[in-house]
Amino acid sequence: MSTVDLGLPSLPGGLKGVPAATEPQNRKEYVSDQEVRWCPGCGDYAVLAAFQGFLPELGIKRENVAMVSGIGCSSRFPYYLSTYGMHSIHGRAPAIATGLAVSRPDLSVWVVTGDGDALSIGGNHLIHTLRRNVNLKILLFNNRIYGLTKGQYSPTSETGKVTKSTPMGSVDNPFNPVSLALGAEATFVARTVDSDRKHLTSVLRAAAEHRGTSFVEIYQNCPIFNDNAFDAFKDPETRDDAIIPLVHGEPIRFGTDGHLGVVRDGFASLAVREVADLPGGEADLVIHDAHTEDPAYAFALSRLTDAGVLHQAPIGIFRSVERPAYDDLVRQQITTSQEAQGTGDLQALVTGADTWTVN
Amino acid sequence: MPTRRPDDPSFDLEMKRTVTIEVKQLDRVVIRFAGDSGDGMQLTGDRFTAETASFGNDLSTLPNFPAEIRAPAGTLPGVSSFQLHFADHDILTPGDAPDVLIAMNPAALKANLKDVPRGATVIVDTADFTARNLKRIGYDENPLETGELDAYHLIPLNLTGMTVESVKEFGLTRKDASRAKNMYALGLVSWLFQRPVESTITFLQTKFASKPDIRDANIAAFRAGYNFGETAEEFSVRYEVKPAHMATGTYRNISGNLALAYGLVAGAQRAGLPLVLGAYPITPASDVLHELSKLKRFNVTTIQAEDEIAGVGAALGASFGGALGVTTSSGPGISLKSETIGLGVMLELPLVVCDIQRAGPSTGMPTKTEQADLLQVMFGRNGEAPLPVLAAQSPADCFAIAIEAARIAVTYRTPVIVLSDGYLANGSEPWKVPVVEDLPTIEPNFTLEPNATDAKGAPTYLPYLRDPETLARAWAIPGTPNLDHRIGGLEKEDKTGNISYDPANHDLMIRTRQAKVDGIARSIPPIEVDDPDGTANVLVLGWGSTYGPIGAGVRRVRQVGGKIAQAHLRHLNPFPSNLGDVLKSYDKVLVPEMNLGQLAMLLRAKYLVDVVSYAQVRGMPLGAAELAEVIGNLVEETAGIDDDARHLGAAAAAVKHGEALNQELHQSEGAR
Repeated sequence: MSTVDLGLPSLPGGLKGVPAATEPQNRKEYVSDQEVRWCPGCGDYAVLAAFQGFLPELGIKRENVAMVSGIGCSSRFPYYLSTYGMHSIHGRAPAIATGLAVSRPDLSVWVVTGDGDALSIGGNHLIHTLRRNVNLKILLFNNRIYGLTKGQYSPTSETGKVTKSTPMGSVDNPFNPVSLALGAEATFVARTVDSDRKHLTSVLRAAAEHRGTSFVEIYQNCPIFNDNAFDAFKDPETRDDAIIPLVHGEPIRFGTDGHLGVVRDGFASLAVREVADLPGGEADLVIHDAHTEDPAYAFALSRLTDAGVLHQAPIGIFRSVERPAYDDLVRQQITTSQEAQGTGDLQALVTGADTWTVN
Repeated sequence: MPTRRPDDPSFDLEMKRTVTIEVKQLDRVVIRFAGDSGDGMQLTGDRFTAETASFGNDLSTLPNFPAEIRAPAGTLPGVSSFQLHFADHDILTPGDAPDVLIAMNPAALKANLKDVPRGATVIVDTADFTARNLKRIGYDENPLETGELDAYHLIPLNLTGMTVESVKEFGLTRKDASRAKNMYALGLVSWLFQRPVESTITFLQTKFASKPDIRDANIAAFRAGYNFGETAEEFSVRYEVKPAHMATGTYRNISGNLALAYGLVAGAQRAGLPLVLGAYPITPASDVLHELSKLKRFNVTTIQAEDEIAGVGAALGASFGGALGVTTSSGPGISLKSETIGLGVMLELPLVVCDIQRAGPSTGMPTKTEQADLLQVMFGRNGEAPLPVLAAQSPADCFAIAIEAARIAVTYRTPVIVLSDGYLANGSEPWKVPVVEDLPTIEPNFTLEPNATDAKGAPTYLPYLRDPETLARAWAIPGTPNLDHRIGGLEKEDKTGNISYDPANHDLMIRTRQAKVDGIARSIPPIEVDDPDGTANVLVLGWGSTYGPIGAGVRRVRQVGGKIAQAHLRHLNPFPSNLGDVLKSYDKVLVPEMNLGQLAMLLRAKYLVDVVSYAQVRGMPLGAAELAEVIGNLVEETAGIDDDARHLGAAAAAVKHGEALNQELHQSEGAR
């Protein structure tokens, strides 16, 4: 087998090809007439409100937004937005969205999924979408539990978790969704929290503008089956020490009065240290560079996330690098083929080269 | 020092013998090439087919190969074969039994001899008939020497040795040189049956353009084989099978998978929609993916997905966006796609799902044919999820059936199943090339404006408002202003498409989706019965690839005086609207199938007709002779003739055209 030079195109922004809105839009236009049916106190409400508020800012035509979801509480999301939407089947949204994105470059395509939907039943589609770098945006609502089926442990639940299906505690080792996405060499990987609307919106904006697959993990509280799972990030007493903020170009320093920081630690590893204990002080801290080509750096960052009960985790954009989007390349091959051979003569095709005539 | 190119026309003029060669006329011939998987038998068969097609014979082919790409050389599991039936008249099958077998090694002889009738011609390459090779496949003695092949017209030739000799000027290793033995054999049989050879030489020049040594060696071997026939004493007779009488027009040869690929492109083009194929490689469907991936200039997108589910998912996503989404697979892949196909039923979006059936269950026999997925595609989804099912009846019919699938999918906004099988996929036949402008046009009829008014009198869009005639829903695609809407797998309220758990609404929607599929019957032609004088009491009804064998069996029965009617289904859901009346107008209905009676079960359930099932599940097409016997027996049984007084079946099974050939070959042997 041989390989060919694909003549890679320039890398346009995530919204290139999507028609711009002709008039200013507001949040209300993006609210559908359907009654929202999540449990009171569900973190999904906050994400929905932020998303409805954020979409008008994109400045694209509303009819050119398409939402595709799978199955689970979060996957009801499309019903509540007055855009085109498909509530599909369990785990398959990335595959369906791939077909849509490849054939419709004029759409801004979003996938809404959860930890069970994306990482368990749909794990295969997720990793392949990420490696291909299809121009679509994946919002993974991670509540670390199965909510719609009433409270079984999920692939992100901590080991030892007692649920209806694990009365003696879960023996599964959980996925770290950000590590998984980076392992698949995703080009845009971020994490945010449902309750921090400002941060959430800033991450969504960056995701929308990225050309290729954007993967956004959203820590989302389930008040019924896994309440307080993310309290460390919300409680004013603890959040400063819990959130490791990732800001491109800034040293990674956090904690009350900035007493903590991230330093290099051995081969390809990072660690959290007291800044006061560092010989060089702040100068020893890692300067966050989301554009680092090698995913090993972002991966090392992702490992600073607690695997068990969450007390500390990086929040922000781990990785944002440029790589040609799958759908752009697929369309380019069609264009190249048509430029070289014309748009296809069906009669010539079916007739073929080897014919004979009966008179 | 080669001074003369092997494709120089003068090359074969030098060795012409002076003895006159007799030319015998035959009406048809069945020839089978058999060898090791690595011997290039499929290529040889393809080339002989191309020569035969360009000569103007009617033909039908049956490639037969193991799933293993290269089983150990010289073993029985590694044997690959290609059978071709060609005639001066219209024929329907690749033939039950070969008149001529070309066996390239002992294993090929042993594996194929059981299919070869006594008296047939067997050409054997003797090069590999060593004690060690023979022992490996269970021969204690050399069958060429024991007399056990005396019943055949045996022509033992050292094809490999002669090949190596013929290409020695090119300085290849013996191993590389002997690889051209398939072309030597092809040259020999091309001579024997007076095939035109120019297309094979052109083919070799193109195929090996970048490897001049290999190119020249293959051409030299091909010509040497041809010339050997011309000069050798073994052959004093050549055969002529005149071109068949066919309707006027331009013809080409085409295989089922290629016809299917072209039909899908034609369907999309006639609908004015881009084609998006989502597929995962699987035998015997992969060639459709390969062909479509070459056709990008026709606005064809092919996505080789991470799995079967993603393949159909990508296709459905593309359909949501207004393309014609297509997925191609075989039985195991269809199992995986079931849930997504059900989603397509619920969303009411166009989707074409091609199931190139193979022998199951589970992995089964991937390279062998079967038609046992009928009930899977009819019912293999959760809930009441009806969808149309079509089946191609011959390799070329795959083209027309693909266009019909696109028509139904787009017009009725529904997934459609297309059934083909390994026999149709890899088999080929001459095809009268259609005039593209005469193909049906398909109207997507997208909704572009609001189609209703809401309670306040404002214009609105109801995605599940239906066309009163077809029950097709109003289809607006993303990007259409003011028609944004949400659809999904949850049950929908009538007209609005909003989520609904209302009991009466669910019952209404279930019945409406069923009525939509049932109503497709109004758009399909009635089933036609071939009952020449209208006096038959027995009808043979088939579907899919059994069309050829059933037709050949019916001809044999008629040839010996039996009255028999034949009909064939291309639409399996819904059935043509006159099917019930047709079934009830015959005393007996025989349904031959390559499964355990799946269509028979559907017919019994729907029409309460006591059909007679003839079921064989061997991974091979049904034979014309076996069907002739079954049909003949049933005709006499229906007429009240006792078991021991019946003769029609046996007589019909014994009808053989090929006998003439072998008698003549024997005569030529005697004359020598």
